[in-house]
Amino acid sequence: MTRASLVFAALLAVLVPLSLLAGRVWIDPFASAGPANAALILAELRLPRAVLAVVIGAGLGAAGAAMQGYLRNPLADPGLFGIAPMAALGAVASFWLAPLIPPALAAWSLPVMALAGAGLGMASLALIAGRTASDVAGGAGGGIALFTLAGLMLASLAGALTALAITLAPNPFALSEIVLWLNGALTDRSWREVAIAAPLTAAGIAVLALAARSLDALTLGEEAARSMGLDPGRLLVLLVAGVGLTVGAGVAVAGIIGFVGLIVPHLVRPLTDRLPSSLLLPSALAGACLVLAADSIVRVLPVVTELRLGIALSLIGAPFFGWLLVGMRRGRL
Amino acid sequence: MTLATENLTVMRGGREVVTGITANLAPGQITAIVGPNGAGKSSLLLALAGLLAPSGGKVTLSGDDLAALSLRIRAQRIGYLPQAADIAWDVAVEGLVALGRLPWRDRGTDAVEAALAALGLEPLRRRPVSQLSGGERARALLARVLAGTPRWILADEPLAALDLAHQLSLIAHLKACARAGEAGGQGVVVVLHDLALAMNHADHVLVLKDGRLIAHGPPSQALSPEVIAQGWGVTAHWLGEPGAQALATKEGPEHSAKDLG
Repeated sequence: MTRASLVFAALLAVLVPLSLLAGRVWIDPFASAGPANAALILAELRLPRAVLAVVIGAGLGAAGAAMQGYLRNPLADPGLFGIAPMAALGAVASFWLAPLIPPALAAWSLPVMALAGAGLGMASLALIAGRTASDVAGGAGGGIALFTLAGLMLASLAGALTALAITLAPNPFALSEIVLWLNGALTDRSWREVAIAAPLTAAGIAVLALAARSLDALTLGEEAARSMGLDPGRLLVLLVAGVGLTVGAGVAVAGIIGFVGLIVPHLVRPLTDRLPSSLLLPSALAGACLVLAADSIVRVLPVVTELRLGIALSLIGAPFFGWLLVGMRRGRL
Repeated sequence: MTLATENLTVMRGGREVVTGITANLAPGQITAIVGPNGAGKSSLLLALAGLLAPSGGKVTLSGDDLAALSLRIRAQRIGYLPQAADIAWDVAVEGLVALGRLPWRDRGTDAVEAALAALGLEPLRRRPVSQLSGGERARALLARVLAGTPRWILADEPLAALDLAHQLSLIAHLKACARAGEAGGQGVVVVLHDLALAMNHADHVLVLKDGRLIAHGPPSQALSPEVIAQGWGVTAHWLGEPGAQALATKEGPEHSAKDLG
C-alpha cells in the first residue's frame, strides 16, 4: 500500500465512526443509555448511508483518476463523458414513465433505467469513439480529442433531453421528484441501495485497475504509448466499462453528485509519483472520504431542510475548478 | 536483428505518404532519414516502429513480419522516441525513465539505472520534469527509450529543439548506443532535418521525396549535390573535411533538378 493509500485509508477509518455518530440525533458512544432507538438509527439509517457514501465516493474518485489519466487532462471529470448525465436521463425518464410501469416493478424502475442510461452512454461512446482505436492504428490520430468531444456531445444531449423531460413533467409531483433527483443526495437510503451500488462499483474499480499501466504509458502521448505496447482498443473498452459501472451505479442510487472525480485526484497527486496507476486506489479512498465527510456535514448543518449533497459538493467543486483554471494559466499544473 | 522494408506503401488520411520503399537497415549503425517537408519521413519512421500499418508491402524484423509480432514483443524490440513529446504529468526524471520498462512489465532497476547513467541524469533523478531545461528533457526522454533495452531505437527529429552543443551531445549518445555493447550495438534510425548532421554523423542515409526513396547509401553518396538538387531543388555543395562538413547553398531555388540533369 502506498503512502497516499495509507493516508486516505486512515482518514476513512476516522471518518466512518464520526459519520455514524453525527446527525440530527447525536449518538454519544460513551453514554450508558443513548437515545432509545440508537441501535435502529445506526443499523438502518446511518450505517447504510455511510457505506453508500463510501461506495459512491470510491467509484467517482477512481473514475475521475482514470479519466484524467486517459485524457491526459487534469480537468477531466467522469461527468464530462456524458455517462453521469446519461444515467441521470435514464433515472429522470423513469419518473416520467412511472404511470406506465406496473406497480410491482415501480421500485426497480429507477435503478434499472439509470443503469440502462449509463449503458446507453457507454455504448454510444464506443460507437462514436470506438472507431478511433482502428483509426489511430491507421494513422488518423486524435483519438483522445475525439473521445472528449463525443463525451461532451453526449453530455449536452443528455442535459437537453433531461431538461425536456422536466418541461414535459406529467404532474408537479413528478417535477419536484426530478429536480430533487438531479441534485443528488444520500438521504433516506437503505441497504437496498447499497446492495445495488456496491457490487457494480467494485466491479468498475476492478476493471479500471486493469487499465492502470496503460494509463501510465499514455503519460508520453498516444504514439509513445503504442510504441510501448499499449492496445488502444482494449484500453477504450476497459475505460468505458469501468467508468460506466462506477458512475452508473452511483447515479442509480444517489443522483448526480458532481466534482468528486475532478477534485479528488488533485488532492491525491502530491502524495504520489503522479502517475495515473499510483492514483487509482488512493483516489477511490479519498473519494470515499470526501463524499462521506460532505454527507456528514450537510446532515448536521443547522438549516431547515437538509442541504442536498450534490449542491453542497458543487458549491465546493465549482470554485475548486476555477482555482485549478487559474493555476493552469500560471503554469502550476 | 535487421529491420527491413519490402515495397512498403503507407496511407495516411486517405493519401499515400510512403510509396514502394525497399530498404535494409543494419544494426550497429546510425541511419538517417532525410527529405524535404512532407516527404513522408515521419510516416516511414512510424511504419518502421510498427505504429502505422502498411497498406502495401511489409516491414520485417529479422525476417519476421512486424505486423505479426505481438504488441509486447514488438515494444520490447523497438523503442520509439516521438518528436516533441509533451509529458502529461509532472513526474520525476527516474519515474519518467522507468516508464521505459512498461513493455517488460518489470521494474528493470538495472536497465533504468544504466539509462540514467548513460545520459548523465543521476544528479537529476528526483527532479520533476517541469523543472528540466530543454536539453535535460531531451536526454530524459531518450533515457526512457534506452531503459526498455530495445534492439532498435527510432527517433523522430530528436535534435530539432536543441542547441548546437546539446545536438552534438545527444548524437554522441545515439552513436554510443549503436557502437557499444557486447551484443553488437543497437540499431539507430533518426529522422533529421539538418543535412550537415546527417552528412557528418550518420553511417547510412535514406533520402525521401514525395514518399519515394530517391537515394540511399553512405552519406557521401546519398547526400551528393545531385541528390540535394533533385530532392530539395537547391544548388549546393559540401565544404570542409569529412566528418565536419558544412553545406553551402546558392540563392535561387529556380535551379530545378532538370536543369542540373
